[in-house]
Amino acid sequence: MADVAFQQGRVAGIGSKRKRSSLRAALKRKSAAAFLMTLPLILLISILVLYPAFYSLHLATLNKSMSRFVGLGNFEFLFKRETFWLVVRQSCIFAISAVIFKALIGFIVAHFVHNVPAKGQRKWRGMLLVPWVIPPAMSTLAWLWLFDPSYSAFNYTLSFFGIGPIAWTGDPDWARFSVILVNVWYGAPFFMIMYLASLKSVPEQLYEAAAIDGANWWQRIWYVTLPMMRNIIAITTLFSLIVTFANFDIVRILTAGGPLDHTHIFATWAFRVGIEGSDIPLGASVSLFMVPILAIAAIFILRDVNKRGNEA
Amino acid sequence: MSTMTVDKGAPTRKVKYGSMSRDRAWALRWSYFFLTLFAIFSLVPPIYMLITSLKSSAEISAATNPWWVFHPTLSNYIELLTSNQFLTFFRNSAFVSIFVVTITMLISVPAAFALARMRFWGSATLATGVFLTYLIPDSLLFIPLFKMFAVIGDWTGIQLINRWYVLLFIYPTLTVPFCTWIMMGYFASIPKELDEAAIIDGASWFQTLTRIFIPVALPGLIAATIFAFTVSWAQFLYPLVFTTSTDQLVLPVGIITTLIKGDVFNWGQIMTGALLGAAPPLIIYAFLMDYYIAGLTAGATKG
Repeated sequence: MADVAFQQGRVAGIGSKRKRSSLRAALKRKSAAAFLMTLPLILLISILVLYPAFYSLHLATLNKSMSRFVGLGNFEFLFKRETFWLVVRQSCIFAISAVIFKALIGFIVAHFVHNVPAKGQRKWRGMLLVPWVIPPAMSTLAWLWLFDPSYSAFNYTLSFFGIGPIAWTGDPDWARFSVILVNVWYGAPFFMIMYLASLKSVPEQLYEAAAIDGANWWQRIWYVTLPMMRNIIAITTLFSLIVTFANFDIVRILTAGGPLDHTHIFATWAFRVGIEGSDIPLGASVSLFMVPILAIAAIFILRDVNKRGNEA
Repeated sequence: MSTMTVDKGAPTRKVKYGSMSRDRAWALRWSYFFLTLFAIFSLVPPIYMLITSLKSSAEISAATNPWWVFHPTLSNYIELLTSNQFLTFFRNSAFVSIFVVTITMLISVPAAFALARMRFWGSATLATGVFLTYLIPDSLLFIPLFKMFAVIGDWTGIQLINRWYVLLFIYPTLTVPFCTWIMMGYFASIPKELDEAAIIDGASWFQTLTRIFIPVALPGLIAATIFAFTVSWAQFLYPLVFTTSTDQLVLPVGIITTLIKGDVFNWGQIMTGALLGAAPPLIIYAFLMDYYIAGLTAGATKG
């Protein structure tokens, strides 16, 4: 800041008096300009993000008709309900298993893409990223149709192997599996592209040195690749954990929480209770339970981002 | 590790050259094999959309081989593209996306410039805040936002709920933080000498932004635009909450709420609608893949 302003002052005026006044004018102009430039951003964030976030804390303390303050009544009510604990468990199972599989598949596929000759990589990358490009609401419809119980393409194919018709979205366990499968299908390409970018930044000499030392492929991954990619793996996983935990589209379209609430996660249940059941305070309380997990992940991401910001 | 090296290295040293290249060849073959498997896994749903969209409802309910079209027909496409309802959804989606992209760019580009170049009181905190905002998901804010807009409607008489343009206020909360963040990354990578030179030549801050920063950071600008468009086109939760009348719906919600009538699923039309809804992002992706990927990786690697 100072050097730019100083240079401007030095060039603009030769006499010391003019120099000082133009410097002050530049400073004044600059902070005013900077403020004006960021004002829309500040307004947007404070009115449409920060305010609603605190407003939902307030909403969570009201009764259903929003006429009376009930304190922590909504939370007490939730803790006593079995469905709530079911939702908590399902959200955790859903988010954790989906993220693990996305990370694993992304890691493996990134290695395969990295292995093939450079001129073919573009083509493969292009095909493998398609799931991430299609709006999830649209692709989940295709999955719903693939899972259809009576005309399902999956059951048709499986019948040739003698595997009986599977109620993909009708049976609680299969429904959970289906929801996770679709989420992995949608999210794995993101991991793949991130890992591929970071694989390309690992210096080739390290692998050469490892090969000269006689390291096999597993040792090369464990001692060279993973330490070099540690940062990107951590940040991608945390980021994906947030997104998966807050997922709405896939569960909503595929099962709408059914059968018998066995696939509801926080977002879909909050929607069911708050919008469809028009109990806005209870819905707000349900969605607030996402905050602790999001906050923990956000703190770790932020630490990592700041650390790398300082290195650069 | 070193002992293992000696054990393994000593006896096989003579054949090492041949075995290594043979290993490479096999690794390559395995890579192609698994990549093909994963590509099939990735492409099955979109291809299945296309297959189903070409079938008539009679063929779908006849339960013939679902992976093959015996009597291809374009009737689903013709029916949808001539239905006023579907065209309304498409128009609403297009309006919302284009306006949101414009609003996003107008807010985030100047803000990113100010945050990256003009260090002022609280600028570092604000930059961190922008990043944190980007991490707040839509499923946390939809209930308070819905209530907020309902209250505003009660107070001022301006009915915003159930109008497609209410989405113009809400979508920027998803697009602006990320776009500001990646534009900050691109702006910060521009050498300082460039804007110093411009200022010495007497350019104002505004001129520095429009004559130097925007042209130099054009790839980042394109990546951010693509991101904003894809997000607003694909958003599902907010329109589902805020709009209910059929003439106010955007494409994803419209397809799901109007084409699924009770328990009757007209799958041929649903898949056609889904494919048409997926088309704009796919077309952009096909032509601007490198920008798309740049935007995707910039979020986590820049900063």
